[in-house]
Amino acid sequence: MIEHLPLLPILLPLLAGILLLLSTEARHGTRALLALGATLAQLAVALMLLAGTEGGFPPAGPDGIGVYALGNWPAPHGIVLVTDRLATLMLALTATLGLTTLIYALARWERAGSHFLPLFQFLLMGLNGAFLTGDLFNLFVFFEILLAASYGLALHGSEAPRVKAGLHYIVVNLVASLLFLIAAALIYGVTGTLNMAELALVVPRLDADARALFELGAFLLGIVFLVKAGAWPLNFWLPATYAAASAPVGAVFAILTKVGVYALLRFSILFGQDVAPAPFKGDWLFYCGLATIAVGTLGVLATQKLDRLAGFMVVVSSGTLLATFGFTGTTLTGPALYYLASSVLGSAAFFMLIEMAERNRAAAADLLAISFEAFGLQERHESEHPDEMSGVAIPAAMAFLGLAFFSCAAILSGLPPLSGFVAKFALLKAAIAAPPLAPALHAALLFTALLLSGLAGLIALSRLGIRVFWDSERPAPRLQWLEAGPVGGLVLLCFALAFGAGPAMAWFEATASALHDPASYIGAVLPGVRP
Amino acid sequence: MEFVFALAIGVMSGSGIYLLLRPRTFQVIMGLSLLSYAVNLFIFGMGRLRSGAAPVLDTVRGADPALYTDPVPQALVLTAIVIGFAVTALLLVVLLAARGLTGTDHVDGREPERE
Repeated sequence: MIEHLPLLPILLPLLAGILLLLSTEARHGTRALLALGATLAQLAVALMLLAGTEGGFPPAGPDGIGVYALGNWPAPHGIVLVTDRLATLMLALTATLGLTTLIYALARWERAGSHFLPLFQFLLMGLNGAFLTGDLFNLFVFFEILLAASYGLALHGSEAPRVKAGLHYIVVNLVASLLFLIAAALIYGVTGTLNMAELALVVPRLDADARALFELGAFLLGIVFLVKAGAWPLNFWLPATYAAASAPVGAVFAILTKVGVYALLRFSILFGQDVAPAPFKGDWLFYCGLATIAVGTLGVLATQKLDRLAGFMVVVSSGTLLATFGFTGTTLTGPALYYLASSVLGSAAFFMLIEMAERNRAAAADLLAISFEAFGLQERHESEHPDEMSGVAIPAAMAFLGLAFFSCAAILSGLPPLSGFVAKFALLKAAIAAPPLAPALHAALLFTALLLSGLAGLIALSRLGIRVFWDSERPAPRLQWLEAGPVGGLVLLCFALAFGAGPAMAWFEATASALHDPASYIGAVLPGVRP
Repeated sequence: MEFVFALAIGVMSGSGIYLLLRPRTFQVIMGLSLLSYAVNLFIFGMGRLRSGAAPVLDTVRGADPALYTDPVPQALVLTAIVIGFAVTALLLVVLLAARGLTGTDHVDGREPERE
């Protein structure tokens, strides 16, 4: 029985989603319990699988890589699900994010439109499947499942800006899906296989003509993943869509870009670090990541609304990951994975937080505030009551929001003492130590980009934070425990990542070194044909 | 046969891309449909073009793989058609919603200003 565990992250949300679709919206309590139960079970399964890769119960297999053959058809003829450390880490992140955003959504947002709960489960199903699968075309199918669900979720609570941004998002992703199909077909046509492990074996043996065609397919594939990851210049849809989406949706979308990053990393290692086609490695990816950081940083500085700021923060974090994966050598992968976990948790908390903080605000207040700042104008209410009182009574909700905002700002811009700082520090340390192997110019560029993007994030966050939290004219927002809890939980997880940084970083380093040994992945999927 | 096939894919993707870049949502959706036809044909072609060969084994012909065409691309095409169809229908709904909410069929949700 227990060997079927890797299937559950796909089956659980599928069944829960179907049941939620069939039940009527009137039975609110039952539906909420069903969705919560399914997501909790996913978290438990993900944690068990994660423990399994460490030799826990049930053990995944040799080298900590578990392979589940669907329908018991062995690879490469059947589709396999592979649970290695990276895949189970992403599963656990998805389930954590899913659980917290679901609790948050149940408080209020779920009722803003119909079918939030089933769509949410289908999104989780697509994400889990995309992380688990070991087959190229199956990856496409799970991408489509998660995208189809995300189209519905992006439009949740349909208002004109949401529909407009959603339209762009859908068209861009549809074109990307068509490119994915061309790429998958081309790669199959040349290599005769869709199994990712067998691809890694076949590709080095291709002759020059076939190799050229394969590279063409791989280029297209890389472009698709870069679109998903939000790399410049393929990311103009991202800030608008994320800003327009409702808060819990924006929070769970924080991991959507990481699917692209995950796929890029997985394929670059399987194709072989030295011979992987351009979009997957090397200078090309490095400079693409730097450009993404630059564009994201400019956006962070220029934006005058918190929700767009959160969108640009996601762009910056994608850019950082791409640049580190493009960096020569493998020493940056461990810290990059730590950064990935920290930034996903931090940005999800941030998306939910800003919606709570922005609840009582007039539409154009931010814009006005920043124009006041820019032109040195005094605000009216400051000069009118010069000696009325000193200090403002801080209600508990405001205090919580302020503390959580400060923590998120510290995580996202990489300030001590939280996990963002640990991540950036480890990245910079690895980048400095790299130079004999990697060009010193790259290390310097990465150094500058990381520090500047952190500084820009800090400036923008403190500027907008001052306007939001020190505005005495605004009534304190009313919060529910259901809404404050998830944000607090995510922030606490980041605290845990920071205070357990030693063991956590060691684990991420081990994950990276296991990942950079494609032979064990191939050997686990295709036993008997060790390269 | 290969030439006609390639020409058909080329013409369809060319017109699809042209339509995709047009400013009206209806043109965009037509462009996407044409592109997806082209892509489906392309996947089909990746199994090599052969006439008179079936993808499914049958007892009359025997088990020699040389007598059959590659079944995998045909399965992929089926999946791709179904997914493409569903997502296009979804896009159509969004397009109608956008038309209803903004009152225009321009992809940016507002008419360009004319001098």
